[in-house]
Amino acid sequence: MFQGLSEKLQETFKRLRGKGKLTEADVSEAMREVRMALLEADVNYKVVKDFVAKVKERAVGQEVLESLSPGQQVVKIVHEELMALMGGQEAKIEIASKPPTIILLVGLQGAGKTTHAAKLAQMLKKQGKHPLMVACDIYRPAAIKQLQVLGEQIKVPVFAQGDRLPVDIATASLQHAASQGLDVVIMDTAGRLHINEELMGELQAIKDTVHPHEILLVVDAMTGQDAVNVAEAFHNQLGLGGVILTKLDGDTRGGAALSVKAVTGCPIKFAGIGEKIDALEAFHPDRMASRILGMGDVLTLIEKAQQAFDEKKAKEMEQKLRKQEFSLDDFLDQMQQLKKMGPLSSILEMIPGMGKQLKDVQINEKDMSHVEAIIRSMTLDERRKPVLIKDSRKKRIAKGSGTSVQEVGRLLKQFEQMQKMMKQFAGAGGPGKGKKGKKPGFRFPFAR
Amino acid sequence: MAGFFAQLKQGLAKTRQNFVQKVEELLTGHRKIDEELYEELEEALIRSDAGVNTAMALVGRLRKEVKARKLSEAEELRGVLQELMVELLGEEKPTNLAAEGPTIILVVGVNGVGKTTTIGKLANYYRQEGKKVILAAGDTFRAAAIDQLEVWGQRAQTEVIKQREGADPAAVAFDAIQAARSRQADMVIMDTAGRLHNKVNLMEELRKVKRVIEREIPGAPHEVLLVLDATTGQNALQQAKLFQEVAGVTGIVLTKLDGTAKGGVVLGIQGEVKLSVKWIGVGEGMDDLRPFVPRDFAEALFERSEEVET
Repeated sequence: MFQGLSEKLQETFKRLRGKGKLTEADVSEAMREVRMALLEADVNYKVVKDFVAKVKERAVGQEVLESLSPGQQVVKIVHEELMALMGGQEAKIEIASKPPTIILLVGLQGAGKTTHAAKLAQMLKKQGKHPLMVACDIYRPAAIKQLQVLGEQIKVPVFAQGDRLPVDIATASLQHAASQGLDVVIMDTAGRLHINEELMGELQAIKDTVHPHEILLVVDAMTGQDAVNVAEAFHNQLGLGGVILTKLDGDTRGGAALSVKAVTGCPIKFAGIGEKIDALEAFHPDRMASRILGMGDVLTLIEKAQQAFDEKKAKEMEQKLRKQEFSLDDFLDQMQQLKKMGPLSSILEMIPGMGKQLKDVQINEKDMSHVEAIIRSMTLDERRKPVLIKDSRKKRIAKGSGTSVQEVGRLLKQFEQMQKMMKQFAGAGGPGKGKKGKKPGFRFPFAR
Repeated sequence: MAGFFAQLKQGLAKTRQNFVQKVEELLTGHRKIDEELYEELEEALIRSDAGVNTAMALVGRLRKEVKARKLSEAEELRGVLQELMVELLGEEKPTNLAAEGPTIILVVGVNGVGKTTTIGKLANYYRQEGKKVILAAGDTFRAAAIDQLEVWGQRAQTEVIKQREGADPAAVAFDAIQAARSRQADMVIMDTAGRLHNKVNLMEELRKVKRVIEREIPGAPHEVLLVLDATTGQNALQQAKLFQEVAGVTGIVLTKLDGTAKGGVVLGIQGEVKLSVKWIGVGEGMDDLRPFVPRDFAEALFERSEEVET
């Protein structure tokens, strides 16, 4: 269902190869695809209309760069415009010059306000702040308890006063924060519909009383066309400072991000990417643009790889590769590094074009641990020189690792192939001499 | 009982004034059927989250009907389009009840769609019908989810079977079935933790819960309800597909229809996954869960089609 836009555009432009300029007709056809892609990604209808008009205006008559196909050229323009619309990265909380900094979280029911109050608190705590969470959701059953449980988990105090008026709780919490020397106050509020005047009035009252430094709208990334109505209503009533986009660990394209940004002009500051309390990260407009267009999340992948791979180790590895000394021990090491990047399936999803191919392929993390067990059951000598491993050794290793002789054999065979491949790669020459853009295509034994 | 449409109208009397009823205006004025009109209808469908493909397919069929019936006035279009949508949405399907012994209803969905609230309302509905209902607190993951269900249990005056937080949800399901047997309950409604449909291990956990139920009572669960948030866009399709694959979903509960979102994505779901909506949630009160009436829904899709005026 989610065919990447870039693939679609490539198809559209197949016939047009070799043209020097983008004509009006070319662009119109391409814009149809762009429009469809954006709508399927849940970007609001009106936002799409304006956006497409703008891109079209810019694209018609443009020179097609030599290195690009017309399709790529259009994708490039679309991507750039999308980035411009999404704005820069602004993952900062406005910290008050005089503490406490007051943060108000608002949004529809089920967007993830309570969870994200805790995630924010945890993040600020790690930055050396002393947060207080305030339970202003007096309506949803057990909402206060939920915040308290989360508070215990992350060791952040929670201020609750049962079902007193939320505006009174908010006011009282400030005194509490002052007396306890807490410098950030995060207020969780009840989920409400943007058309519920009474409850919107309640938020207004809290705002007018405590004067928050930051009002953040919590939005579910899966939201559809209605995202504009919601964001607009909250923004008009309260004057939002930013947005937290939640549940981005799902497989939604997340067009709501664009809709919300377009109608409020507020930056999306953070993204929720999992159920664990540390699953909160800075929002990256560039990645989101790629995601909405279905171009894969290459940048995230690269960055994750950079974080997880120890640079020194990478250098060593490179040396070993070049000298063809890569052993099963090194392989094991590499697997550990890879594991640090997170679940393999989520890494593969980020590679453009992989999403589709991998639809039916389940990367089995269990297979990975089997491989690990097998290697660990070998002696150091065996790891360096797998040729030593004949039948009786195979039996011993299989027994030791709780696997079968076949599995051991398969791993050895795959490793052998990998070594061959590396030899070819190393043979292609040292740094600078190799062909541009050619990367060592490791095929890991556990990828089926 | 007032229809869902009437209920919506009543509930939103005030806010309705803020919306331009564009399509209604479009269709009630003396207009001829032209290309622009088709496009505007398509737009209205897309804006209700029906999705581009479904919208184009529906309008395509509309064109054919107009030709076949030789219609020319815009006014006549509305009825035809609604007919087509009702046809697509299918008949109202009653809840499947066990012939004997307790009826088991399993409730699943992604995070934050309103599963626990829906269960509270369902419990209330069936208790008012004179049934003895037991609730199973199968969301052992989210902080205070069990407490939340217990509050609903008190409101609906039904017993809640629970274990501690972090317990195996399959074990909770097992306990609840045993309790239903010994107390001769008519129905067990099981809560589950919200899970994104692309999390393989969590979906496997759900599969296990279902297996335990199947093993305990042949033919159960009698209903597996997928709760969908009406504000969700095209991702709802993926949700429906994957939950159906893993848990064998038998029907949809469409929640939060009291907002401005219209949940048009169920049109696409019906088209692609053949899953009907059985219930709709239209508010936070105990009684705000109603059986789904396709015709009312089709009508409501064309209501309040514009954004908030600013």
